[in-house]
Amino acid sequence: MELNGAQILLKVIQEEGVDTIFGFPGGMVIDIYDELENSSIQHVLVRHEQGAVHAADGYARSSGKVGVCLVTSGPGATNTVTGIASAYMDSIPLVVITGQVPTHLIGNDAFQEVDIVGITRSCTKHNYLLKDVNDLARVVKEAFYLARSGRPGPVLIDIPKNVSNSKTEYRPVGPVKIKSYNPTYEPNKKQLRKVVDLIAHAERPIIFAGGGIILSKASQDLRELAQSLQIPVTASLMGLGGFPGSDPLWLGMIGMHGTYRANMAASFCDLLIGIGVRFDDRVTGKTDAFASQAKIVHIDIDPTSIRKNVPVTIPVVGDCGQTLKKLNDLLTPVDAASLSAKRKPWIDQIQAWKDKNNLAYEQTEEIKPQYVVEKLYELTRGEAIITTEVGQNQMWAAQYYHFDQPNHFITSGGLGCMGFGFPAAIGAQVAQPQKIVVDIAGDGSIQMNIQEMATALQYKLPVKIVILNNGYLGMVRQWQELFYDKRYANTCMDCGPDFIKLAEAYGGLGLRATKPEEVEPVLKEGLASSKTVIMDFLVAKEECVYPMVPAGAPITEMLLA
Amino acid sequence: MDEEKHILTMLVDNEPGVLSRIVGLFSARGYNIESLVVAPTIDPDVSRITLVTKANLPELEQIEKQLRKLINVIKLRDMSGKKAVKREMALICVHAKPKDRAEVLRIVSIFRCKVVDTGLEHFIIEVSGNEDKINALIKLLKPMGIEKIARTGALALYREPN
Repeated sequence: MELNGAQILLKVIQEEGVDTIFGFPGGMVIDIYDELENSSIQHVLVRHEQGAVHAADGYARSSGKVGVCLVTSGPGATNTVTGIASAYMDSIPLVVITGQVPTHLIGNDAFQEVDIVGITRSCTKHNYLLKDVNDLARVVKEAFYLARSGRPGPVLIDIPKNVSNSKTEYRPVGPVKIKSYNPTYEPNKKQLRKVVDLIAHAERPIIFAGGGIILSKASQDLRELAQSLQIPVTASLMGLGGFPGSDPLWLGMIGMHGTYRANMAASFCDLLIGIGVRFDDRVTGKTDAFASQAKIVHIDIDPTSIRKNVPVTIPVVGDCGQTLKKLNDLLTPVDAASLSAKRKPWIDQIQAWKDKNNLAYEQTEEIKPQYVVEKLYELTRGEAIITTEVGQNQMWAAQYYHFDQPNHFITSGGLGCMGFGFPAAIGAQVAQPQKIVVDIAGDGSIQMNIQEMATALQYKLPVKIVILNNGYLGMVRQWQELFYDKRYANTCMDCGPDFIKLAEAYGGLGLRATKPEEVEPVLKEGLASSKTVIMDFLVAKEECVYPMVPAGAPITEMLLA
Repeated sequence: MDEEKHILTMLVDNEPGVLSRIVGLFSARGYNIESLVVAPTIDPDVSRITLVTKANLPELEQIEKQLRKLINVIKLRDMSGKKAVKREMALICVHAKPKDRAEVLRIVSIFRCKVVDTGLEHFIIEVSGNEDKINALIKLLKPMGIEKIARTGALALYREPN
């Protein structure tokens, strides 16, 4: 069967199970867009290519599938770099297809030409420049395989225009085999026995779970391990939802803005089992003071994460789900009464830390941002998909919305990219049309991709935006308050839009609350609407996120409210 | 912790951009490349890259792991121990005024290297051997005045058992 490049591309994509592409057309991809008209793949037209990548990212995180974007060459491609870098840092499976100038023009400074493969080399798991249409089917299949296997990540395919419209005899490609790429999924049994032994002898163990638990779909196995052995669990920002927030063993998030008891437990435990984490600096604080009394077990699929930041007693390379299953099998059941007795002093100590500080804040006549998130949690019964922007809004969302299930908290953790939340919410709503999807935003962040209001309304996606509006770039203002003598250099946004008018200008619903008693009615009306909604909450202007571990300090040295 | 020189050799896909990936990894993560040699092997789809880096042991562990993670890197080995044959080559353009010519030629003979170009005032010497031999030759030629040097960087092959 003779097909052109564009047809082969769409055929292989469909065979990979893709039903949605987020994109923005341009000269070098017109042929592909023309073919898309004949395909059953849904295309979501965004308003900025950055929005396409963040939307594909949100789609991937909320569905467990690979997110796909299609953009043109030159500026279209460069506009995807931020989104790709964010997906790379958070290990999200994406395939980004960029158009490119025809092969004979490459390297000639042609119109809308950039070396996107060169530019994204350091922020993609892998990337390809296709020069021959006969390589297309194999490369696209490989790209999907790489995106979703091992430690997932974004893969970019650069397709020159003449490759998209070259015809060739289509030959289906067999299963992907890459001789140099063989991730280790099954953990080493000897290492696991050592882990079992450590667990049996530990007096004050904790589990530290991360994004890997969610990517590996291992939350059930994690719950089994933690509950059968009564081991308290904390998580990084990326791990929230991997273990139920309502479980009595839950310690809260760990790290720079983690809970008091999580940071103290990590610092005084004698065994820390890290699963699907990378011991990032936001978590560890001063690395040589981190978990200084503990033996550390590190279970991760990526060997480069192990022994990168903290010394590890027992490294285990493997998939989190498979490793936890094997661990659960190896662990002998312990008599419940003696286990309770053994854990009691540690559990009591943790309770004492919880009694000392558990994210309490002062209610005043102003709307407190923490209150908005708490009310949102209550009114959605903790079942909404929450995306966030970056900064204080992100931290309050992580602290006050308690996640019981995975794939419900979608945030730019590693890169910390403002403008991520709204397009990611759009992607999540496309993936999960029956769910309520809420973007918790700041007034600064929301403006970075506000143009996606048009996307949401074009596809009738009832995404809810909750703006914690304090007129500042809040997180930076907080640092300036605490460490720079309140010199608010360029963090006060003297000009901001009327968000109600802005919502209505796009055809959406705009609501505002200026007093605490207005919060609940506004949330109720917004959540019930079938339109895209912006809810503008005018919150206390100089509220800070607490606890806070100052940069470079040990996580025991927290500033408290 | 002490930084030491390590020779890493890797087999990679012979494709455009692969060298750029490897060098980009080093520069992005702040690792150091002292020298680098790359050429195809007997298999035209596979190239060998031999790289000398200066790092302490924990850094070296990270470097090796990061390199192995690259999709285009097929195999990687640290050649720093005794179980490898190591060689470098250099072309050295040395001043040779009439009074020095005999001495230069004597040094060339002692080191068993060759003169591959000669002019009224200079010789170009070709030398191959291990790093110490080349450094020693350069040291002896320095008083005469070395005009320019082109060095290859290390090549290494593992001494297979039997």
